[in-house]
Amino acid sequence: MSREDVLHRVRTALGRDAGQPAPAPPPVRLRIPEVSPEARIASMTARLEALAGRVCRVSTPAAARAAVAEILGDRTAIISNAPYLKECGLSTLPGVRSGIYDRDQLRALCSTLDVGITSADYALADTGTLVLLSSPQEARLISLLPPAHIAVLPCSRLLTGLDELFSSRPDPAAVSSSMVLITGPSRTADIEQILVRGVHGPGQITVILVG
Amino acid sequence: MSRAFQQQIHNTLADARLQEAIYTATGRLKDSRRAVIADSVLPDYQELRTQANLLKQHAIDNLDYYLEQFQGSVEAHGGRVTWCKDGTEVADFVLSLAKQRGARLIVKSKSMTTEEIDLNERLEHHGLESVETDLGEYILQLAHERPYHIVAPALHKTRYDVANILTERLHAPHDTIIENQTALARSVLRQKFLAADIGITGANFLVADSGAIVLVENEGNARLTTSAPKIHIAVAGIEKVIPRAQDLAVFLKLLARSATGQLLSVYTSFLSGPRRPGEIDGPDEFHVVLLDNGRTRLLPNRERRQSLYCIRCGACLNTCPVYRKIGGHSFPWVYSGPIGAIITPQFMGPAHEPGLPFASSLCGACAEVCPVKIDIPKILLDLRSEVHKTEAQAGKNRLEKFVFRAFAWLMRHPRAYEIAGRLAALSSSSGDGGWIRRVPALLNVGPLRAWLSQRDLPPPPARSFRQLWRRR
Amino acid sequence: MFVTCMVDQIFPQIGMSMARVLEGLGFHPDFPEAQTCCGQPAFNSGYQDEARAVAVHFLDVFESSEAVVVPSGSCTAMITHHFAELFHDDPANRARVAALAPRVWEFSKFLTEVARVEDVGARLETVAAFHDGCHALRELAIHDAPRRLLARVQGLQLRELEPAGECCGFGGTFSVKFDELSGAMARGKVDAILRSGADTVISLDPSCLMQIQGALSRAGLKVRTLHLAEVLASR
Repeated sequence: MSREDVLHRVRTALGRDAGQPAPAPPPVRLRIPEVSPEARIASMTARLEALAGRVCRVSTPAAARAAVAEILGDRTAIISNAPYLKECGLSTLPGVRSGIYDRDQLRALCSTLDVGITSADYALADTGTLVLLSSPQEARLISLLPPAHIAVLPCSRLLTGLDELFSSRPDPAAVSSSMVLITGPSRTADIEQILVRGVHGPGQITVILVG
Repeated sequence: MSRAFQQQIHNTLADARLQEAIYTATGRLKDSRRAVIADSVLPDYQELRTQANLLKQHAIDNLDYYLEQFQGSVEAHGGRVTWCKDGTEVADFVLSLAKQRGARLIVKSKSMTTEEIDLNERLEHHGLESVETDLGEYILQLAHERPYHIVAPALHKTRYDVANILTERLHAPHDTIIENQTALARSVLRQKFLAADIGITGANFLVADSGAIVLVENEGNARLTTSAPKIHIAVAGIEKVIPRAQDLAVFLKLLARSATGQLLSVYTSFLSGPRRPGEIDGPDEFHVVLLDNGRTRLLPNRERRQSLYCIRCGACLNTCPVYRKIGGHSFPWVYSGPIGAIITPQFMGPAHEPGLPFASSLCGACAEVCPVKIDIPKILLDLRSEVHKTEAQAGKNRLEKFVFRAFAWLMRHPRAYEIAGRLAALSSSSGDGGWIRRVPALLNVGPLRAWLSQRDLPPPPARSFRQLWRRR
Repeated sequence: MFVTCMVDQIFPQIGMSMARVLEGLGFHPDFPEAQTCCGQPAFNSGYQDEARAVAVHFLDVFESSEAVVVPSGSCTAMITHHFAELFHDDPANRARVAALAPRVWEFSKFLTEVARVEDVGARLETVAAFHDGCHALRELAIHDAPRRLLARVQGLQLRELEPAGECCGFGGTFSVKFDELSGAMARGKVDAILRSGADTVISLDPSCLMQIQGALSRAGLKVRTLHLAEVLASR
């Protein structure tokens, strides 16, 4: 069996026995800097806008709804089942499809609608990143197939950076099959190093921070 | 070195347009990296490098333990792990699974590991359609070429090259506008994503405590490859394993910065198993293929083991003055640049391309930028010794060995060394003391000829230093 | 002084300049006649046994010296960084290296850290660019010392080469095994020199000087090269 072959070769090369434990790995010091909420918002905004993303700061869920409506214009959209989006009243926006739990229907809608609207489990201020864990409330394709993506989340979910993320969530696999960190619109520079946005993922990304 | 190696280097050096493309592209990546690891931007850069090196060292030194832990964790989340000794076993696994599931169409995201084993070729030989979805890789697949650079595979192609490829292969109207070329690829590949039965990726990291793979990308094709089809297969070298999810706090801070000068790549996916109950989308099946393909050969020697720490950022390519002149296709295997120069002889044996470890001025720029602190120059030197040992055994290159034996003898016998020095000076002295442009045909051989083919030679001094010193 | 085989046989004026500078500072440099080479050519070409034999000879010649000053970054790095690797199976010689290495100094470092001077009273009217040899820069972390010394040379205007820290393409036998490639790298260095507008290129490595001057000369350019010691000996 190749498994035994490969493991045997590894052990022989390393001078280790089957079942031999490993010493503790070198410690990783996760340092969470002291950053005020306002500074986090400012950083998130600066970072994402440097990547041609957009950040809107609103004070209430109702204001979030208004912001989304404005951004949508007359475009069509699909929204995820995230409770926070319901709290913001987004499912009642015109042109928005909501309450999708069927995989095939989800895929069909994501392939044809203009905008995907999600919440986010966290955002990372020092890099302008959204963190989305897949769940019955948050499908993967909504932030991936439509050419534009809007994420609406409360400011309280804005973390300082990766260190804080892995402190808060040392075991993402425990709750979800997929955690994705999204930092700006999809891009490539594969041809002559010329930057093109929206290659496969959304070319337009807007984050609405509420609170 | 082989004729092929020499010829390929010569051809690349002679191609002015290619020289410009390689130099400019790598220059941009090099400068972008420098900007984001600068002291003012990332003050703990050196500390992170040290941590990354220690984490990789620990993982590799205890590789069997972490691979077993990884497998257990994957299976706990409903995934499957298959171990493969080589590319044939990988292809057999994929083909067998495809047959069982009635799968015909595969979409692939960029993976050097699958390039290493020619996976696409093998699958297509058996009637499957396997489509590269990373834009650069897709173009190269259409052109039947291999990648030019670990991170920027189509670095050597101009928009005109791309227009020709798209017209020829897709019968698209000729269009040299890059945005249009990208849009065309996007629409073609979108259909493939949505129709594909299987998505195949590599993995940047295998996380042992989580049973997760990590995929780092900018386009979104890896996300689509792993979220649209019902089956996801990740093919990864065994060296990709890291102990814990939190270790990513170190590696992710280094990877994108070192590769492209981004703080983070656009998409970093942490995927563990098929979709969980209730999750609306995601694959129904999650397979990780653990590949050896010779990696175990790099393990026994402690120094050389470092070669397996590589996180495939490409920083060494971008900074290497040799790579920046000879480009990716001069290298004999799929891995190019300094990392390619040290792993190729270890995977393929030193006789595969005996000149490869010598194609370096040992400037050390690669070691300086490597985020996991692989001592590349040291390994190159070690490989040079190995090449000579192999040659000695085969009775090859005896002249050079003799020359260096003579060198060592002379340098231990100062009087003889002095005489030899004076003789050499006398035999070549003539002229006005200016630098020498050419020598008589009889002398224009070997190293002298090689030197003079490119630059002038210093005139021998009237007296050596020791002669001058004695006269004081 | 360990002048190096290249200075001894090809660029003796570098050794004479170094001696003059040291004497001017009150030192009494001696030249152990039995010296030859540090063994680097063999080491870099993968001939460890041969390099080792030459290294032993070096230890024999110099281990009783108070200090060893070397007008070459690559030779200094060979002694202080790589001799220990050659003797990794030989504790006795490894101990000799460990004892001697702290007393082996690249010339510019000797001046700034042992002699503790920056102004040696030199004068040279020229626009100059300093080329950092790779071993000096990366293995010995030498960057500021030569620049501080050059800043005090009267009449000398120092320019930086862009890109900085790029290999000149010598690399020992690399220069002849991969001659076309080495030549291309040298020409890249020449381009950088022309862009800098410098009339003089200064380095603390004779091998880099040979490569760069060879390329400048082949291109018919008037830019000259000088070793740091020659500049500091100028009056």
